Amino acid sequence: MSTSLRNNSAIFAVAAAVLLLGGTALAFYWVPNAPLEGFRQRIFYFHVPIALTSYACFGWAAWKGLRLLWTRERHYDLESYTAVHMGVIFGILTLLTGSIWARTSWGHWWVWGSRQLVLFLVLFLFYAAYFMLRFSVEPGPRRANMSAVYALFGVALIPVSFLAIRLAEDLVHPVVLTHDVGSKLSASQITTFLVCLAGMLALAATLYSNELAGKRLDGRLRELREALQ
Amino acid sequence: MRYVADVAALARKDILLELRSRDTVPAMVLFVVSALVVFHFALPADTSATAETGLLWIALLFTALLGLVRAFVAEREQRVLDGLVLAPCDRSAIWLGKAIGVLAFLVLAEVVALPAFALFFGPFSWELVAAVALADVGLAAVGTLLAAMAAASRARELLLPLLFLPLVIPIVVGGVGASVADGPGRFLAFLGLYDAVFAILSWASFEYVVTE
Amino acid sequence: MIHPLIRARALGRDFGAKRVLRGLDFAVQPGGFLLVTGRNGSGKSTLLSLCAGLLAPTAGELEVAVERGEVGYLAHEPLVYRELTALENLDLYGRLYRVPERRERIGMLLERFGLWDARHERIEAYSRGMAQRLALCRALLHEPRLLLLDEPYSALDNEASGLVDALLSELAGERTVVVTSHDPERVRRFASEELALA
Repeated sequence: MSTSLRNNSAIFAVAAAVLLLGGTALAFYWVPNAPLEGFRQRIFYFHVPIALTSYACFGWAAWKGLRLLWTRERHYDLESYTAVHMGVIFGILTLLTGSIWARTSWGHWWVWGSRQLVLFLVLFLFYAAYFMLRFSVEPGPRRANMSAVYALFGVALIPVSFLAIRLAEDLVHPVVLTHDVGSKLSASQITTFLVCLAGMLALAATLYSNELAGKRLDGRLRELREALQ
Repeated sequence: MRYVADVAALARKDILLELRSRDTVPAMVLFVVSALVVFHFALPADTSATAETGLLWIALLFTALLGLVRAFVAEREQRVLDGLVLAPCDRSAIWLGKAIGVLAFLVLAEVVALPAFALFFGPFSWELVAAVALADVGLAAVGTLLAAMAAASRARELLLPLLFLPLVIPIVVGGVGASVADGPGRFLAFLGLYDAVFAILSWASFEYVVTE
Repeated sequence: MIHPLIRARALGRDFGAKRVLRGLDFAVQPGGFLLVTGRNGSGKSTLLSLCAGLLAPTAGELEVAVERGEVGYLAHEPLVYRELTALENLDLYGRLYRVPERRERIGMLLERFGLWDARHERIEAYSRGMAQRLALCRALLHEPRLLLLDEPYSALDNEASGLVDALLSELAGERTVVVTSHDPERVRRFASEELALA
């Protein structure tokens, strides 16, 4: 079990390195400047893939949570937790890259008019509370159950929050700020985007396998230590 | 039909407990009225009606939180929840009975809060009332589930607001929108959607929150 | 070979870093009476919670071949609402456990354990011994096939302890019983087997 995880991790790491290096090169050197925004639009090739990867991690966490509740096999708890952890890391990166993009586009580090930024803020709060929940409940089957349920709620919250934010725009009438990535993406833009997306997903997979393997090793060590007592 | 009988017995138990101890509902009523008074002092003179409505929703949200913090106190302190969980009834009946109780307390607090708001600030529309009714269902549904989680933790009262607030942001959007926007229909529909999604989710997953 | 009602194989339970039970193997036949002994903190209550299904094992297996509604559980706490009366508490449990002829059964149990006169008093007014007796009523209300009694004699005076003696004598052989006690002498005469926890 642990060897296959290590092998997977190596494959993902190589794929991630290749795709990200390639994607960065494409993003900075190959793809032409976006018609209106110019050079700074290139952060789009990082910001959106990071955001999508974050969603994917949260979805993966919810799936693992569902499996836990369905089968009651305890290993799913660690997998779900690690996926949430990855999702939050990429979420923070989304907020950072989004903030940088907002600053370069409109001059502010934070804009309520950006749907993605606001959505990620809400999700960040939600998943930060996930960690608070885990810290304040004793490790065991009960904590695993509650974490799984919470992860499922998170995945339901994503579309509902998005809808709410869209509705809120009508309400508060801010200038709805979307980045002008052009009405139609050219072939080169799509290619670059997909390469970066694949790279980010591979990176997430690498970090996920690594962290999971590490935590499992910790668990095994603890078991062995206790068996010796 | 057994299920309905179980839910009725449990909801009746919660209302009976509140009638005996009389601590939660008076506290909620006093809190919401005090909050409204504080808002009056906190707002500048030319505040719009829209902003005032927004503050009403904040007051209602925190009043709900106050009630929810107390929701599983009896079950936790005397470990009665173990007794309920061992019974052959569906565990989701525990959730539903408790949520009905929470909803009743919330409505009672609002019966005082809304007229107080009209008195202190200005009249409210029927859309506001409809929105409050729909929001209450969502708050009770989600809040009851989260209160059970918090009750099982070490942090308890500290944890519930952290779990609760992110999840109910959509309710605030729907509620305020329905109260002030020109076309309240889609906000009310959104609240209905939220209620449906999260009530079903809470109903289905409560079992896992209280068992191992 | 009759299928055992309770069977544990390498049963273990952790609470975070603390290991309370480890490597337990035992079986209880239908109609058996198991006495669990051990000093404080040895995991007697944890074992009963596991058998009741309130806790899940973190190691090994535990099979309990009865439905949820056929288990009667007496815990350290009486598991009743303090602001409600004895009658209201038992009525609630009676409804949830779908006890037939609820009123008669409640009355009969309250009488048996000397609580009939105090049936309209709230539990907050009860003494510790009265609450324990009420908890026994609660555990027996639905005529369970399996009884899990955690320190049934705790907080009881001589007279009430006599009631528990009579109860255990009645249950032995008729139902399956698991009792924990740190005063095992009293229970030994009813027990068909004993399990000592380290």
